Amino acid sequence: MTGHAPTTGKHSPSVEHGSSEHRSGPATATVLSAADVGRVVDRMAHQIIENVAKSGFDAVLLGIPTRGVPLAKRLAERIAVFADVRLPVGSLDITLHRDDLRLRGVRPLGTTVEPDGGVTGRTVVLVDDVLFSGRSIRAALDALTELGRPRAVQAAVLVDRGHRQLPIRADYVGKNVPTAPSQSVRVSLAEVDGSDSVTVTDGVGA
Amino acid sequence: MKNLISAADLDRDEATAILDTAAHMHGIQTREVKKLPPLRGRTVVNLFFEDSTRTRSSFEIAGKWLSADVINVSAKGSSVSKGESLRDTALTVAAMGVDALVVRHHASGAVQRLASWVDCAVVNAGDGTHEHPTQALLDAYTLRNRLGSLDDRHVVIVGDITHSRVARSNVLLLRTLGARVTLVAPPTLLPSGVGSWPCETSWDLDATLSGKEHGDVDAVMMLRVQRERMSGGYFPSEREYAIGYGLSPQRLDLLGETVPVLHPGPMNRGLEISSAAADGARSVVLDQVQAGVAVRMAVLYRLLVGTETEAI
Repeated sequence: MTGHAPTTGKHSPSVEHGSSEHRSGPATATVLSAADVGRVVDRMAHQIIENVAKSGFDAVLLGIPTRGVPLAKRLAERIAVFADVRLPVGSLDITLHRDDLRLRGVRPLGTTVEPDGGVTGRTVVLVDDVLFSGRSIRAALDALTELGRPRAVQAAVLVDRGHRQLPIRADYVGKNVPTAPSQSVRVSLAEVDGSDSVTVTDGVGA
Repeated sequence: MKNLISAADLDRDEATAILDTAAHMHGIQTREVKKLPPLRGRTVVNLFFEDSTRTRSSFEIAGKWLSADVINVSAKGSSVSKGESLRDTALTVAAMGVDALVVRHHASGAVQRLASWVDCAVVNAGDGTHEHPTQALLDAYTLRNRLGSLDDRHVVIVGDITHSRVARSNVLLLRTLGARVTLVAPPTLLPSGVGSWPCETSWDLDATLSGKEHGDVDAVMMLRVQRERMSGGYFPSEREYAIGYGLSPQRLDLLGETVPVLHPGPMNRGLEISSAAADGARSVVLDQVQAGVAVRMAVLYRLLVGTETEAI
C-alpha cells in the first residue's frame, strides 16, 4: 500500500506471505504478538478518546482498505467500551488517488463507505496498518475531499516504520518499529489473515 | 488488455474484474462531487461514424468522471464528409497524441482494422452488425445485479438477431459468464451460421417465454427492429412482427414477477416492446443506461491505467 517496490512495501499478501513463512531464507522477527496487538489497540483507543473528548466526540474513524478497515472497527469497539461512545466507522478507498497508478498498473478497487452523518465539520481519524512513505495518507487526504470537508484530519497507525518521503506524521502510533528500507513489515489481523501479529522480514535481496 | 474489440476478447476473469470495477465506479454516481483522478492528463476521442446518443454520451461522461479529456468527433461535419478515408482519419486523430479511441462505425470489422493502424487503445463502440462489447458488459452488469450471478441463468434474446451487434456480443459474453442464451426471431432474422453460436434458437416466442421450450426464463432482452439496416422483406409488416415477436402485455404475464426485461434502446414502442413492458416493474431499461456509465468507466480505467496489466 505504499509507493515502493513490492518487496519493500508494507504488505503484498500473496507474495510476502509465502516468502516469509515457507522459505528458510530471509529472517523474520515478530514485533508484536497477538496479545501485544490487543494492548496497543486499547492504548490507541484511550489516546483517541482523550483527544476527541474535547470536541464532544464529534469524530469518525475512517479505515483505509484492506487492514485499516478492521482496525478502525476494533478501535471503535474499544472506544465504546472505555468511553461509552460509539464513533461512526467508514472506509476510504484510495486506489484511484495513488500517485503510482501508472507505474504499478491496474489494481482491484476497495470500497468506500461513508460513515453515518458524513465527514463534513467533524474530526476524521484516518486508520491504517503501517505508516511508511506517507503516500497512502497523502492519497487518503485527496480522496477525503470527495466526501466532504472535515474540521480536522488525524492519522492513526498500528506501526510506524519510518522512511517518510512526504511531510506527513501520525497522531496516534501503536508502535514505532525502526526498520531498514529493504525490510518488509507485515501486519496480520484476525479479520483478514486469521490471526493478529506484526512481523519484520529482512529484504529478500532480489 | 490494450483494446476492447470483441466480447470474445474477455475471458471470465477479465470480464468479472471489469464488472467488479464497475460496481465500485457505480458508487460515484450518487456522490456530490462526481470526479475521480486516475485518467488525469489522458485524452479520449470518441470517433463516431454513425449516430449515437447513449453510447457516445455515456463514454463521454465516463471519461470525464475519471478526469480524462474527452473530445467528440463525428463523421457529419468532419473531413470524413469530404471523402477522407477511415485510415487517414484514424491516423490524423491518433497523431494528436490521443490515449484512447472509442470508435463506432457502420461497417463490420472496421474497428478491428482501425486498431491495427494506431498505437493507442481502441474501444469498439459498435461496428456494423458485428459487435458492441460495452453494451454486452452493461447488460451483464445489470443482469448480475438483478439475478445475483449469471451461472446457469437462462437469458432469452428476442428480435432482429441478424442485424444486431448487441445480440452477438451478448451471446459471447453471457456464455463466458456461465449463462444459457436462447435467441428468438423469425427465421428471416436469424443470421446464417447461427447454428455454430454457443446458444439455442427458437422461432416461437410464446413457447420460449412460457418455459415450454428450453426451460424456465430468468431474463428477457428485447432488441430493436433496425429499420435503417433493413432493405425490407424480412417480415410481411410491422404489425405482423409485433404480433409474433413483440413483448405485449399478454406475453409479459407469461414471465415471473421478478424476471427483468432489458432493451438496449432506442425502443420502438408498439413494435418490439409494448409500453406496458417498457415502463413496467420488470423493466430495467434505465438501470442499463446507468450501468452504461459505470461499465465504460471500468473499461477506460482498465485500458488506460498502468503500463502493464497486473492480474486482478
